[in-house]
Amino acid sequence: MFTVILYVLAAAGLGISFFKDRRKTKSALVKAWRSFESILPQILEIMIIIGIALSILKPETVSQLLGRQSGFLGMVIAALIGSVTLMPGFVVFPLAESLMKSGAAVTQTAVLVSTLMTVGIVTFPVEKSYFRTKAAVIRNVSAFVFSFVVAWIIGAVVK
Amino acid sequence: MRTFKRYLFFMILLTVNIGVVIFFPDIGKNSAVLTYNNMREVFRVLPPIFILLGLLDVWVPRETMVKYMGEGSGLKGVLLAFFLGSAAAGPLYAAFPVAGMLIKKGSKFSNVLIFIGAWSTTKLPTLLFEYSALGPGFTVTRMIVNIFGVLVIATMTEKLLGNAEKQKIYDEAG
Repeated sequence: MFTVILYVLAAAGLGISFFKDRRKTKSALVKAWRSFESILPQILEIMIIIGIALSILKPETVSQLLGRQSGFLGMVIAALIGSVTLMPGFVVFPLAESLMKSGAAVTQTAVLVSTLMTVGIVTFPVEKSYFRTKAAVIRNVSAFVFSFVVAWIIGAVVK
Repeated sequence: MRTFKRYLFFMILLTVNIGVVIFFPDIGKNSAVLTYNNMREVFRVLPPIFILLGLLDVWVPRETMVKYMGEGSGLKGVLLAFFLGSAAAGPLYAAFPVAGMLIKKGSKFSNVLIFIGAWSTTKLPTLLFEYSALGPGFTVTRMIVNIFGVLVIATMTEKLLGNAEKQKIYDEAG
């Protein structure tokens, strides 16, 4: 649905732009292609790494590591797994549900969900090319730490 | 030659993946399918985003962006950053090029970070997925805590960064 809206917006934008100024439109498309191509190799790399990582880490294995008795160590494991891989939300949430059904605890799963969405080691090169190293490191580290805060609060609320 | 070098690591990974398919067919097939699905998803979402960014670059003057999301934009800029990030769908790495454009056009750095934070955690399009998969307690708690988290991380990162480093980020974006 969101993708359809994006395409409609892009098409409408291009149409209006084309009527107003052809040269500007052409330069917009050139810029679009250049910035796309500049991150393309990194995106292709990310795709393959995620594919391999996810097929090695099976849900059954992960939920065993993140059980109720796994405690703080389980949270750390969850955070590390979540930091490496990266998944869109509509995959993360059903996955988290299936993990909890097969025995993972709420707090540990919450760490995983949060780090999956906010911390990306594999995507770091892309982030660095826009934010430079220092800002990208600070953002990822603070998101990593904050994932534990979120998880403890969720764990306390959801019994 | 430069192009070849940029794609070298990708080609190595591709070779590794093909090797895995041959020697560990179970894992290999699984990862090939996952990679294919992910790529299809990404290449569906990215083209219109980049076209919109190109148009934005050409048509929206710097002054406009500075006015709405720049240094003096105050609460308006914060809310706009939250809205832009929350309304979007797509994986986090699709947000970075947009963030790059916001920087280039003179948006305040903490607002760029709020945008990134909102994109990754307070996303509205996936809210229903979360609600149906993990329930109201999980979803609502996470949303509320993350709204604070986004603000705290954005403010803290900008403070810790220092002006010189921030200047370099803006110089490289321009």
